[in-house]
Amino acid sequence: MHSLNELGKYSSLLYQALRSSTEFSTYRKNLFQELVKVGYDSVPIIVLTGVFTGSVMTLQSAYQLQSAFIPLSTIGAIVSESILIELAAVISSLVLAGKVGARVATELGTMRVSEQIDALESMGFNSVSFLVVPRVLAGILMFPVLYIVASIFGIGGGIAAGFFSGTVPPADFLQGARMYFYPWNVVFGFVKMFVFGFIITSVSCYKGYYAKGGAEGVGKSTTDATVLSCIFVLLADFILAALLL
Amino acid sequence: MIEIQNLSKSFGDLLVWENVSFRIENNETVAIIGKSGCGKSVLIKHINALLYPDSGKVLIDGSDIHALDYVEQRKKRQLFGVLFQGSALFDSINTFENVAFPLRYFTKQSEEEIRENVMQSLSYVNLEESASKQTSELSGGMRKRVGLARAIVLQPKYIMYDEPTSGLDPQTAEEINELINQMADALDITSIVVTHDMHSVLKVADKVAFLDRQTLSWFGSVDDMKHSDHKELLDFVTASEYQIKG
Repeated sequence: MHSLNELGKYSSLLYQALRSSTEFSTYRKNLFQELVKVGYDSVPIIVLTGVFTGSVMTLQSAYQLQSAFIPLSTIGAIVSESILIELAAVISSLVLAGKVGARVATELGTMRVSEQIDALESMGFNSVSFLVVPRVLAGILMFPVLYIVASIFGIGGGIAAGFFSGTVPPADFLQGARMYFYPWNVVFGFVKMFVFGFIITSVSCYKGYYAKGGAEGVGKSTTDATVLSCIFVLLADFILAALLL
Repeated sequence: MIEIQNLSKSFGDLLVWENVSFRIENNETVAIIGKSGCGKSVLIKHINALLYPDSGKVLIDGSDIHALDYVEQRKKRQLFGVLFQGSALFDSINTFENVAFPLRYFTKQSEEEIRENVMQSLSYVNLEESASKQTSELSGGMRKRVGLARAIVLQPKYIMYDEPTSGLDPQTAEEINELINQMADALDITSIVVTHDMHSVLKVADKVAFLDRQTLSWFGSVDDMKHSDHKELLDFVTASEYQIKG
């Protein structure tokens, strides 16, 4: 019953956000700020995640595929395809659930418990348009951009790890990557990041917007936002794979 | 004019109050008093439709604010300035921008006009010097005054004060009381003050609404209150006087 109630409130918030998305003048300024916070500010952590994911995967693949019968280019193919189809999107999103989701839930939760959202409404603002719409839009728009960053640095990290460890020469890595490259996998990655961006920002907005109590309430809403975002990202990953592959 | 008609509100099984009815005439100051937790703040959140009643109406200049669609409701809300208990300043922007906030979004004023209006509002509360300060640098009393400057910057018809003197030292509380009177006189504002500070009530109010036992227990002028034989009201006033006199 409680879950149904939560689902109803979440749907209602999304409906309000959709209806108020036409009030561009209300959220224009906030949207640009959010694009920077969600996108630009997340680049360092996404680069770090990408590089280490690609590097570790290359070293582990090289370790597992030690055989005279398996060409070295296979490692490049496995690593690059795994990054494009799954890891760049999912690992980045799990990291962003912590970075972006926690920030959004904390900001909105603090605004709720300190009556700043009531103050906005009292002035005649549409608080959903002002606070929720720009954050969700920024998630939808910037997550696919971060996917490109994660993919480039993931594959780059794989090439560098192969080269410096002496396991896979860059030419072999790239040959394998090119040989098994399917453009659809990149499209699939974009679709995933679009969906994950929506899930993480909307769930976090919901949890923050309806936060209750003081510091403890904000802490709870932040934890819930991060945990639920991760669960729904993994669930959506499975559903998208079942539907689109 | 604000007219509250048979208003009732519960949160789940918890009845806050029922059948609350009273009227606030233009340019008068009404204090809503009562013990902590009696639903004073809940009542003013019904007046500008931040909360919806279970039954009853709130008429603002004759129209039922809860029956309006969201767009019309937001227009009605712009008739109100609200000073929140914790000031509710936006902590991501400085003092000047907090006061300028409604002007930037609800008017087409030039930057120069905005500056002029913000500084005028800040001058009402004697805080012109603090315009560039971050809100985190302000004391509790200063935050209340900035909240008040923001509440009046759009020249509202009504202003609601939620516990304006709570948590302040007596001297700063007195300054806030003076400001409430100044606002009422200088700007012809109708004021609603939620408080349990009887000194503040005697200083600023024309009328008093006393919430007790989940209803409006007493409503009348301050003079009538002083001579009332309503037991609960007398107990409340007497307890406050003991507190004031020590």
